[in-house]
Order: sequence, then C-alpha cells, then structure tokens
Amino acid sequence: MQETETTEEARRALEICNACRYCEGFCAVFPAMELRREFATGDLSYLANLCHNCKGCYYACQYAPPHEFGLNLPQTFAQLRAETYAEYAWPKPLGAVFQRNGTVVALITTLGIALALILTVLIQDPTVLYAAHEGPGAFYRVIPWWLMTTLAGGTFLYALLALAMGFRNFWRDTGSSLAGPAGARPVATALHDILTLRNLGGGGHGCNDRDEAFSTQRRWFHHAMFYGFLLCFASTSVATVYDHVIGHPAPYPFWSLPVQLGTWGGVGLVVGTAGLIWLKVVSDQAPAARNLLGADYALLGLLCLTSLTGLLLLGLRGTGAMGVLLAIHLGIVLSLFLLLPYSKMVHGLYRSGALLRHALERHAGHVPPAD
Amino acid sequence: MDWDRVYDVLVVGGGNAALCAAVTARQAGATVLVLEHAPKAFRGGNSRHTRNLRAMHTAPTSVLTEQYLEDEYWDDLLRVTGGQTDEELARLTIRATADALPFMEACGVRFQPSLTGTLNLSRTNAFFLGGGKALVNAYYATAEKLGVDILYDTEVVSLRLDDGFVRYAEIISRGFPRRVRAKTVVASSGGFQANLEWLKQGWGPAAENFLIRGTPYAKGRVLRDLLDQGVASVGDPTQCHAVAIDGRAPKFDGGIVTRLDCVPFSIVVNKHGERFYDEGEDVWPKRYAIWGRLVAQQPDQVAYAIIDSRSERLFMPSVFPAIKSDTIEGLAEKLGLDPTKLAETVRGFNAAAVHGTFDNSRLDGCHTEGLTPAKTNWARPIAVPPFSGYPLRPGITFTYLGVKVDRNARVLMQDGRPTANLFASGEIMAGSILGKGYLAGFGMSIGTVFGRIAGREAAKHARN
Repeated sequence: MQETETTEEARRALEICNACRYCEGFCAVFPAMELRREFATGDLSYLANLCHNCKGCYYACQYAPPHEFGLNLPQTFAQLRAETYAEYAWPKPLGAVFQRNGTVVALITTLGIALALILTVLIQDPTVLYAAHEGPGAFYRVIPWWLMTTLAGGTFLYALLALAMGFRNFWRDTGSSLAGPAGARPVATALHDILTLRNLGGGGHGCNDRDEAFSTQRRWFHHAMFYGFLLCFASTSVATVYDHVIGHPAPYPFWSLPVQLGTWGGVGLVVGTAGLIWLKVVSDQAPAARNLLGADYALLGLLCLTSLTGLLLLGLRGTGAMGVLLAIHLGIVLSLFLLLPYSKMVHGLYRSGALLRHALERHAGHVPPAD
Repeated sequence: MDWDRVYDVLVVGGGNAALCAAVTARQAGATVLVLEHAPKAFRGGNSRHTRNLRAMHTAPTSVLTEQYLEDEYWDDLLRVTGGQTDEELARLTIRATADALPFMEACGVRFQPSLTGTLNLSRTNAFFLGGGKALVNAYYATAEKLGVDILYDTEVVSLRLDDGFVRYAEIISRGFPRRVRAKTVVASSGGFQANLEWLKQGWGPAAENFLIRGTPYAKGRVLRDLLDQGVASVGDPTQCHAVAIDGRAPKFDGGIVTRLDCVPFSIVVNKHGERFYDEGEDVWPKRYAIWGRLVAQQPDQVAYAIIDSRSERLFMPSVFPAIKSDTIEGLAEKLGLDPTKLAETVRGFNAAAVHGTFDNSRLDGCHTEGLTPAKTNWARPIAVPPFSGYPLRPGITFTYLGVKVDRNARVLMQDGRPTANLFASGEIMAGSILGKGYLAGFGMSIGTVFGRIAGREAAKHARN
C-alpha cells in the first residue's frame, strides 16, 4: 500500500515499541513486530490488522500522551486499518466508501429498506401485503420467489467475490519472506486464534475494555455477536436447502431447525451488538479513533437491526404485520449483503488473514532476535 | 479535600515504594493520604520505567525458573556493590522478596515470562506484564479500591521535624500552598537525579549535558529537606548510576528505548574522533553501566559509536535511526566530527585488528594488537559500508545519596536516634543497601520490601 501520514506515524510508533518491548506479553502484534527491524507499508498493514484493539498496550505505555513521544498504538492502528480497508477494496474506486463509512452504511441500509418496501408495494396488491398468510410459501406470497432469490443470491455472490478479491489484495500486499509453508498446523493455530479471540485475552487476564481496569466483556460480547451471526447464517443455509433441495419452503414451525438456529442466533446478535455498542459509549475515548466510531456504530446497528427485525418477524408472522415486516427485514438483509465488502465487516477477513500469516511465521520457527 | 483532617499515615511520593506503603498501611486499618508530585498521567516516579523485580525463591514459581537462594542473591549484591551495602538490611530485603510476588499479585500486578533479550534474567527476575506503568496502574487501582486518598500535582516542600517528630508537611497542591498533618509519615519520594543543579555539585558543569532517563519529578526536595534538618544520610552524595544512552534522547523520561547496545561491536570515539576505552571488555549487560561515566568524562560529555553494515543487526533496534553513510568521511561529516581524524582512527583500528573468528554471542577474543586503548573482543575491522554512527551521552538513572533507616524502615537522625514518626522506603533510602553499582530489578525489590515494612510500621505506630 502507499505511504500516508498514518503509515509514517505507525512506523514511528513501532520503532519506539521495538526498542522497548515491554508489551510483548499482551498479544500477537509485539512478537510479530520483533521479527522485523524495518517496517515496509505491507508490514504495517499486517500488524495493524493483527491488532484486536484491546488497548492493553496503551494503558501500559510510559510513552503515551502527554509524553512527548505521544504513543497511541491502538488509535494509530485503527486509523491505519481503515486505510487498508480502502486500499484493498474491490473494485478499487469503491474504497472511497471507507472515507465516511458510518454515513454510507446508514444510507445504504435506509435505501435497502425503502427499496424493499417500494418494490413490494409496486409488485403486490395492497390487500396481499396487509393480509395474514400462513402455511408453506407464505413469505413468497408477499415477495415473489424469483425476486427474493435473484436479489439475495446476486448480492451475496457479489459480496463473496468482492471479499475474495479484497483478501487477495491484502495477502499480496502483506507478503513477507518470514512466513513458512501453509500446512494443517498453522491453519489450525490460526483458526483457533480466530474462533477463540485468543488475542483478546491480554495474556490471560483480560483487556482494557473500558479503561485501565481489565475485563473480558468485549471478548464475550464479540463471541455472542459472532456466533449469533454464524447461527443466523446456518439458519439461512439450512432453509435454503429445505426450500431448493427438498422442496420444503418457509415458514417453518418454531421448533424446526432453521427457526431454532435463527432465533438463538438472533438473540446472540442482539446481545452481542448491544453490548459492544454499550462498551463503546462508556469506554475511555483516549485510545479510540473518534473519526471511525461512526463506521463501528453503523455496522453494529445494522447487525442489531437485522436480528431484531428477524425476531420480530418470527413473533408476528401469523398477523397482518408480516408483509411489511418481511419487506423491512429483507431490505436490511439485502443492505447487509451489499455492505459485507464495504463496511467494518471486512475487519474479520483481514484479521483472519493476519492471524494466518502470524501462525505461518510462528510455525516457520522464527523467534525474535536476542540482544 | 478536608485540609484539617489528620490522617494516620501520610505517604510522600507516588511510585512503587509509596504505593506498597500506602496499600499495606490501609490494609492494616490506617487512614492514608498519598501525595504524588506528578500529574496523573505521569504518576509512579521511576517505577513507570521499570520492568522486573529480583526475587529470591527456593523452588520454581509461575514465572521464575529453578531456584535463587539467599546466599547467591547476597553474593550477587556484594559483587556489584563492592561491599558498599548493609548486610543486615540487605539480607532482610532479600529474604522478604520471597513473599513479594504473592502480595503483588493480590494487588493486581501481573507477570509474564522474561522479555526477549533478557533470558539471562528468567531465573532471578519476575517481569511485569506490560512493564512498570502497568504495575503502577494496578497499585493505584488497588489503593483506590481500599479507600486510600490520592492527590496528584501535589509536591511536598518540607516535612517539619521537631526533635525527630514530624509536626506537619508543607505542600503545594495544584498550585496552592497547604499544610497537612498526619500521625506518621512515610517518605518515598525518590532520589535527586532530575535535579541538574544538585548533580552539578558532584559533577560540575558537565552535569548540564546529562540526560535523565526517568521522571523529571525526582528533584530530591524532601531528601534535601530532611538532610538539612539533621536526618542521617547514607550513600555517596556525588554519585549516580549512569549508563551510555542514545545522545538524541529527550532530556527527561526517555526510559528504556533510549538504550544503545551497539558499543561492543563498535569503536567509540569522542568529539575529537579519538577512542578512549576498550569497547569489547565484556558482554554489554556487564558493561553498560560503566559507559555512562566514561562518556561523562569526555569533552562535552558526548561520544560516537561507529559500526559497519555487518554489525547492524547484532543488537536491539535503536529508537532513533542510525546515522549512515557509505564512507567514514561522509559519516564523520554527518556526526559533526573531523573526517580526516575519524578516517585515521578507523584505519588505525582496522590495521590493529587481529584476524580471528568473530562471534557476537560470546567473548570471541577477536582483539587488537599494538593499539591504545586496545579492544579485547569483537575487534572486527570497520570495513563494509554503509557505516552507521550513534551519538552517546550519559543517561542518569538514579542517585545513591539517601536517608538512613533501621530494619523497621524508621528514619534515623544524625546522632543515631530514631525519629518518632518518620519512615522511608524506595530510592530515598536505597543507598543503605545499594551503595554502588546496580543489580537488575533490585531497586524494585528494595522499594517493594521497604514499602511494605514502612506501611506496616507506620500503621502500627499511628494506631497505637
């Protein structure tokens, strides 16, 4: 990636950190840093995306502001991550959406809901929209099968393509000679780190979620959100198979697999996103990148809305409100699919990539040089 | 703040020793007020810059390997101090470090395996996860939770002694002069290493060029005040622990990152481009402490370490980039040295270097012949460009002068009588035990052990 003021600041910060190393017990960033003496922009991108923003290093730093060195690594890395999201976006011009990502996410979501409502009203007779529908295929009577599958399938496949291209850009840019060959062990290590958020452990004692005190709240809220999201995704996948493979269209009964997965997933998503929003509101703002908070809140809000409207739809699907709720829910899901490659969702992709690269470096047997 | 309140224990200072005293006194039931000169962001004195504590242990612990027994610890101390220690207090300190770690952990201090580059200390020293500032944060959080009152931006100007009894403390709190009374006082306000005027008394105008590695708040005001009122002193008043650090470091508070570990693989010249000491005398961990003094004795208290490209990666990265050039003359110009003279020095060194097998991991015996001063190890010619240079200056870590205490941390008067209600812990009394030299992590050991003793004794005295 290209040099910017942020990469310059990140390099200055890491050169201070590399001469100090007091923080090396906190997370993967510091051992990875210690393998290097110079920091190319690709290295900076790798380390910034490896950072889980636990803020342990900020509170432990004797060079944090108001010290003249003014080190604020979590903030610098957050800024740099936002720049890497823009840098690796595909197609490239769409990287601009990361400039004011909170606004973009909010706008797209609003438009998604509006579009779904307008299309439904245009296509359907109002009597259909406001009537109660039950039994197999009830949802399709509100929004036709062809429209739902085309829009959902199309946007989702596009999102997958854009994410894959973004990952390719990240992987190429952060390539280094330190990584060993890919194999089962490094991949297993990386998966373990991704799925357990090991690096939000702060060396086993928790992170500075809110302030100097240590807690594991952020880690658990993120788990609730992440696994909630996975359950929702599993629910959609199972439903797709039911519908298209065995010809058993929704809605499904409450105790069916898709509804159970979706319900618990939805609850996890609501708890997780609400918890993370709460933590952001009450936490010390000093190590935060304030200009990026909008993007964080927007995505958390979007995920929260997705699950809230889904749960609401489940509760009211037997009533006349189902039609409008379905349109709103699907409008939000459509926006979410569209925004997968153009919102903070991409952090998961690049973080996973960085963790994989770190696992490859570790399994290659590199140990930081001794003095 | 109720300025008329009489606390049981007044703690002067806000570093490791002060907080150990405050927490211990509060746990013993005393009411405690801590006065920290620094603002909150810079609280913790020099403890902010530390990273480990040397602890005796008879069996492996969660972070310490093997064992480190009292006699070995004592021998280590004896060696570095050359006997300038007090065996009773030293052994008491050493023994008490054996239960320092559980106390620290109970206060929220967290440990980690020893840092990279410090494997030689993994047996003897317990490293703080995140370093000294994280430790200081943990102690403050514990103190606050226990109900210790803490005032930042509050300097103690004088402890008014009346026949060995502290009547009151004169302070300046956030710009306002005040008086504070307490039944007992613990002085944990550090040495005077940040007081350049005072350093000049021992070093003359050269002290003007010293860099202070730690907190700018260690002015020694309370120390001076107590000594002026007839408190007994220990330690050489002119001496300080000085290491050679990067000459580009900030005047104060540069801390660990300003270290430069390249000296053994370099030649070091003064501002006239002349070598002045054997750079390869021993491994750097055993020699860095003499180089502060060596540089301080050179004109303008500055020196320059010169290496070639083969040595660039043999030491910990420096915080400031190396000054580089493809020729020795070019490097000399960038460093502000006489190019002809430096080139001559390098040529002379290269010609005197005896061919051998260079090995940075041990005393390799690669030496010079017929050169004064000789370089006795790692004397590999400075020959492969680009060449790198680093300016060096003396970096002052701490001073040795302190107040004299007994085994209960009670401050003694010049006539040998104990004071009535004054205790001390940390750097302000460390000279009793560490009269010369330095042993890694021992400052924190003294601070923790005597902080706890002072807190315990002060609380006991106040509540009697």
